[in-house]
Amino acid sequence: MRITKEDGVLTVYLTGEIDHHTAKAAREQADAALTQEKPRLLRLDFSGVTFMDSSGVGLIMGRYRKAAALGAAVTVRGLTRRDERIVKMAGLGRLIRFEERKEITV
Amino acid sequence: MNKLNSCKLQFPARSVNEGFARAAAAAFAALADPTVEELSDLRTAVSEAVTNAIVHGYRETNGAVTLDMTLYEGGLLRVKVRDKGVGIEDVEKAREPLFTTAGGERSGLGFTVMESFCDRVTVRSVPGRGTAVTLDKYIKGKA
Repeated sequence: MRITKEDGVLTVYLTGEIDHHTAKAAREQADAALTQEKPRLLRLDFSGVTFMDSSGVGLIMGRYRKAAALGAAVTVRGLTRRDERIVKMAGLGRLIRFEERKEITV
Repeated sequence: MNKLNSCKLQFPARSVNEGFARAAAAAFAALADPTVEELSDLRTAVSEAVTNAIVHGYRETNGAVTLDMTLYEGGLLRVKVRDKGVGIEDVEKAREPLFTTAGGERSGLGFTVMESFCDRVTVRSVPGRGTAVTLDKYIKGKA
């Protein structure tokens, strides 16, 4: 998982399949970077994600809480239309900003 | 309803098997020539049901998760996910959106996602004995 920081923006590039099993490592790495870097904005980039279930929503919710406690905003980028639908079921549409959506043609 | 095909899988309740279970379900469903969207729906729903069995059913013990998959004439795919774990005290409550007993990192959306990506979701649970979640999904396919 690649993590970059530029101008106070911490970007976490998630990859592969996100489920309950894989979310743990992503969570730990993202939280470590968040605590260390204290960015003004945390951007979760899902462009490289090939599958996610509601564990992905839990991952976003948990990072939102952690970021909010540290005073950082959260944006999510590169979700597919269907994954964005799952995320919005949790009411996260009100709390975080969604950037470019990923268009998929398989 | 005539059965066209069936498959039974059993694996230990380890989180690494979440990916295996949804891949197996997708491979089984491929026989019905599903659309990409139907496959995505199925993978997501199976992932939720299997994760529930692992995270909740066997939160205190270890055991096996069983997947019974049947494809019927007319395109109905039925996936039954069973565990012999703790069971659910209040199924109606468990099915409510955002309800979770697992805390911070769980969204409480498992059943909501299953319901939104399947045609019917049936839950049978006996506290202390286990839970069976039946996912019905019509595969209309590319035709």
